[in-house]
Amino acid sequence: MSEARNVGILIIGGGPAGLSAAVSAYEAGARDILILEREETLGGILKQCIHSGFGLHRFGEELTGPEYAHRYIQKVLEYKIPYLLNTMVTGLAADKTVTAVNSEDGIFEIKAKAVILAMGCRERSRGALNIPGTRPAGIYTAGTAQKYVNLMGYMPGKEVVILGSGDIGLIMARRMTLEGAKVKLCCDILPVPGGLPRNIEQCLNDFGIPLRLSCTVSEIHGRDRITGVTLVSVDENRKPIPGSEEYVSCDTLLLSCGLIPENELSRGAGIEIDPKTSGPVTDENLQTSIEGVFACGNVHHVHGLVDDVSIQADIAGKAAAQYVGA
Amino acid sequence: MKERKITCIMCPKGCNISVTFAEDGSAADISGNSCPRGHEYAWNEVHHPVRTLTSTVRTASGRMVAVKSSVPVPKELLFDVMACINTVRPEEPVKFGDIVINNVCGTDADIVVTSE
Ligand SMILES: Cc1cc2nc3c(=O)[nH]c(=O)nc-3n(C[C@H](O)[C@H](O)[C@H](O)COP(=O)(O)OP(=O)(O)OC[C@H]3O[C@@H](n4cnc5c(N)ncnc54)[C@H](O)[C@@H]3O)c2cc1C
Ligand code: SF4
Repeated sequence: MSEARNVGILIIGGGPAGLSAAVSAYEAGARDILILEREETLGGILKQCIHSGFGLHRFGEELTGPEYAHRYIQKVLEYKIPYLLNTMVTGLAADKTVTAVNSEDGIFEIKAKAVILAMGCRERSRGALNIPGTRPAGIYTAGTAQKYVNLMGYMPGKEVVILGSGDIGLIMARRMTLEGAKVKLCCDILPVPGGLPRNIEQCLNDFGIPLRLSCTVSEIHGRDRITGVTLVSVDENRKPIPGSEEYVSCDTLLLSCGLIPENELSRGAGIEIDPKTSGPVTDENLQTSIEGVFACGNVHHVHGLVDDVSIQADIAGKAAAQYVGA
Repeated sequence: MKERKITCIMCPKGCNISVTFAEDGSAADISGNSCPRGHEYAWNEVHHPVRTLTSTVRTASGRMVAVKSSVPVPKELLFDVMACINTVRPEEPVKFGDIVINNVCGTDADIVVTSE
């Protein structure tokens, strides 16, 4: 391992939060900035959110996810803010030393004056859901399916059931329908849908896809590949109603059951986490319990709108610039 | 008088818009929208529903890029436009803002690249 290099503001994650924070830190006078991103391009989750619905507040026009990211990436390029791609941060110490790894430099350390956490969130997976039955192939989180379809051009299946009425699942119901799949239904254990009314309308109703509320998957069928699910209605206490079971055949089950901030690094550094949001506790400048470490975007708390992510990241970027004395 | 309830899809607010029709079937009154975009949406919705279509295109070198219709297309043509989108394999370099299909299915919409 070579000697640790020094950086003014180190940003972990090159999604909308990291990009906005970098741009605002630069505009507040900071110059010594570095973004570390584990994927091969900047943009974060927006790269796979090819649908429109972004930027109405921020830019006054409706953009697709990649277009929204493009605006910030252009700024980062214009300001010549340095970034490293394919670079995974594996550790953050309380003294703001960051450990990272990539194929070119191997494992290396960077000593930062200020750190901005912008790692985003991940999806709740099936483990968190606890459905009885076999463990066949064909079960994906909605975001994973989105990545397959939109970034890799691969359709995970032909006959789809969606569990959970969060926006990602709704968006994927439309996307897979447009690509020729039969989306049989979307169900949610809660009596109210999780996603936005506009997505119920344009992703389900537009295509005649039924939405079953107070209904969940009680069993998964299939040995190697999923062949179907048993649906069951639930009462107001979310208890299955006996006799309401219904078998629905499918080759794919998408789980759209919410997001959790990705805070392994924050925990490793000993940053105080708010049990309610699963994100770091922060002050009005988005500084965490460690001085000089800021958090913004979905790593802070799950945001519904990327516009709000950018607004929050602006504050964090500016505060970090002030902190390093730019 | 007939009434139709519409959920506006133009922004995350999702206003409930109500359209009432006169005896002759023409839309008489639009209410419940919080802004002019909702009015336009509801008007289109009862006359000729349109949607912005987003999808992906594989370039000749196998790379996936995101695309959208430059303007909303008639809702009943969504699958025709999809079929058309899925037949093109544009030659690289394919860049942000490039048009990969002009006037797709005669809709006046172009299919435009939205990713890097
Ligand atoms: C499917 C879906 C649909 C959505 N639809 C809408 C919509 O219609 N309208 C809207 O306004 N918003 C929408 N959103 C929300 C919006 O996309 C998010 O709020 C926004 O992307 C969050 O930005 P972020 O930068 O915090 O996180 P992300 O975009 O997740 O970026 C985090 C980045 O950090 C990187 N990273 C994480 N850990 C590390 C590490 N250890 N080392 C290096 N890099 C790391 C990741 O690779 C990623 O690039 C949607 C989100 C999803 C998932
Ligand atoms: S009427 Fe205006 S504010 Fe209401 S959902 Fe439509 S666009 Fe949004």
